[in-house]
Amino acid sequence: MEIPENVKKRLSIPAEEYFYAGHTACQGCGASLGLRYVLKAYGKKTIFAIPACCSTIIAGAWPYSTLEANLFHTAFETTGAVIGGIEAALKAKGYKVKGEDGVMVVGWAGDGGTADIGLQALSGFLERGHDAVYIMYDNEAYMNTGIQRSGSTPYGAWTTNTPGGKKHFLEKRHKKKVIDIVIAHEIPYAATASVAFPEDFMRKLKKAQKTPGPSFIQLFSPCPTGWRSPTDKSIEIARLAVQTAYFPLFEYENGKYKINMPSTKKEPKPIEEFLKYQGRFKYMTKEDIEVLQQWVNHEWEKLKKLAEVFG
Amino acid sequence: MEYKPIRKVVSGNYAAAYAVKHARVEVVAAYPITPQTSIIEKIAEFLANGEVENLQYVPVESEHSAMAATIGASATGARAFTATSAQGLALMHEMLHWAAGARLPIVMVDVNRAMAPPWSVWDDQTDSLAQRDTGWMQFYAENNQEVYDGVLMSFKVAEKVNVPAMVIESAFILSHTYDVVEMIPQELVDEFLPPREPLYTLTDFDNPKAIGALATPNDYYEFRYKLAKAHEEAKKVIKEVGKEFGERFGRDYSQMIELYRTDDADFVFMGMGSLMGTVKQAVDILREEGYKVGAAKVRWFRPFPSEELYELAKNVEGIAVLDRNYSFGMEGILFTEAKGVLYNTDAKPLMKNYIVGLGGRDFTVDDVRKIAENMKAIIEKGELDVEVDWYHLKR
Ligand SMILES: Cc1ncc(C[n+]2csc(CCOP(=O)(O)OP(=O)(O)O)c2C)c(N)n1
Ligand code: SF4
Repeated sequence: MEIPENVKKRLSIPAEEYFYAGHTACQGCGASLGLRYVLKAYGKKTIFAIPACCSTIIAGAWPYSTLEANLFHTAFETTGAVIGGIEAALKAKGYKVKGEDGVMVVGWAGDGGTADIGLQALSGFLERGHDAVYIMYDNEAYMNTGIQRSGSTPYGAWTTNTPGGKKHFLEKRHKKKVIDIVIAHEIPYAATASVAFPEDFMRKLKKAQKTPGPSFIQLFSPCPTGWRSPTDKSIEIARLAVQTAYFPLFEYENGKYKINMPSTKKEPKPIEEFLKYQGRFKYMTKEDIEVLQQWVNHEWEKLKKLAEVFG
Repeated sequence: MEYKPIRKVVSGNYAAAYAVKHARVEVVAAYPITPQTSIIEKIAEFLANGEVENLQYVPVESEHSAMAATIGASATGARAFTATSAQGLALMHEMLHWAAGARLPIVMVDVNRAMAPPWSVWDDQTDSLAQRDTGWMQFYAENNQEVYDGVLMSFKVAEKVNVPAMVIESAFILSHTYDVVEMIPQELVDEFLPPREPLYTLTDFDNPKAIGALATPNDYYEFRYKLAKAHEEAKKVIKEVGKEFGERFGRDYSQMIELYRTDDADFVFMGMGSLMGTVKQAVDILREEGYKVGAAKVRWFRPFPSEELYELAKNVEGIAVLDRNYSFGMEGILFTEAKGVLYNTDAKPLMKNYIVGLGGRDFTVDDVRKIAENMKAIIEKGELDVEVDWYHLKR
């Protein structure tokens, strides 16, 4: 459908679509929305590297592609290394990389491919300073293989290898703070983002594009299939993740921290708000919820302090 | 321009590094491992001294990433190179499939080194042969000259058939041993090896491509068939490129199996890599001692030179297959392959497998003589004593 010019002008997000309908994500999939925004931000002059994950399927089986951009499908643990190689080749070939008119090299990987098996390649990528953007879409488990825990799975969540049962065997570790590991590399730009806040995400994508060197964005991407949540609640859940400070939005830029949402003055909503639509948390006891709340409080206070001291 | 070679005394590793420089490689991903390290060090030195233009050097954090970065670079259209040994090659294994499956003409040097445990840094072909089924071509160099020539030729062959190639040299025996290597002036290398013209790249922004997507059972099979065909095609290309190399630079590589004094030989020694230098020397001595022997050096292990092996096997009574490698639960790997090729043919020489030199155990002219004596005896008797002989075993 043609979008009239006057409407186009009022949109805060580009009307152009480079992510085709007919992709094979589940209904309400956050990752597919994320891909769509990345393409809107960077357009066709983009080279994606996507490792084994749900997005391998979302992007389409041979001979189709749902992305109107070049894409290299790669092995699970290699995203950081492959985008490094692509960037090096572009430079050898004389292309401008990053910046307004440069080629955008984008690594798009799940939380498993980032926090776990791909952490080493991610670290190498960050430390060597390649001009590329690494986006971790965080659906908090290995969804492509059928909902197993990852290092990014939160405390108390049901997954197929941390099931809830008579002995109450659930995920007992807190979510790995990948973004903190990333920031420890002292790269120029790192941020968290959420599909519930697309303008904020787009702004961060643009910032990553303008900033030379490696950038990292951790995108909160609800997965109704894995989270056992209604498909029409994905955006609401993602918004609640921010409002409860479970997944706060912030930026790290050249040593400075900045919290984007919600207001640091207002008290975050209780964590139950975030948990309520998600079947994966149904085995949690009151005590479990309290443990998770304590963790959220602690991390939130830590972040506020960082923003205060290094803001 | 008339060809006047530039003679340099270099190690096998430096020969590889010079070939990378002369091939005008655009991206090198580098990770150290003994005895490969001096290859990537030398390339870094070229870069530091401004001796290479337009090279991106990516000092990665592991071999797995070295191969992944090389793959990314090659898919983007660059001429890309890396090098490794043993444990490093094993760590790359998954990505070797990726490179071949995505039809990327990467060239890599593997310095043959024994696999641990127990730790060993010395020569052994098991590391590279364990990568047999990854879809890579494999060229085994006998000496430093062949390392240099092999890298240049491999780029040309690989880029014509879109299949990656491994150039294999032996630990220390070549990697760290200095010898005269005739190098080719840059202009002539440029003529022989023009810039790469990729089949596809990730930089066609008007016609974007998705490379390596999921293929259903309806399509995967055909992808594999095409790679199989490319290996068949490679046999032809290897011979053409080897012949062209000979015409231009005087060293002919048109044979995938180099035959040495095999014409009237009763039996031959067959093997790969540096140990064949020793064998050739032994053949000369044994000939003077009255043995009618020859040497058959398998240069290209993948694609496998089946036709050339058949032609050879037709005319000899015995083949002593020397394997500096071993496939557990079976036998030497070249032995299995050679027997397999001949099974459905009328060429059935007596074939015996000698496991030699594992983990750098010295392999000398005297060893070849002992093998010759043994071969002579079994041929006279018309039957094998044992099929697989752990030749050096301290009994
Ligand atoms: C080396 C290797 N090990 C395991 C797998 C199987 N595998 C494919 S995708 C996947 C999980 C991906 O999870 P994540 O990165 O979180 O992305 P998601 O599927 O959740 O989008 C696994 C385990 C693989 N492809 N490669
Ligand atoms: S399983 Fe989850 S992440 Fe994967 S496509 Fe479905 S909704 Fe998206």
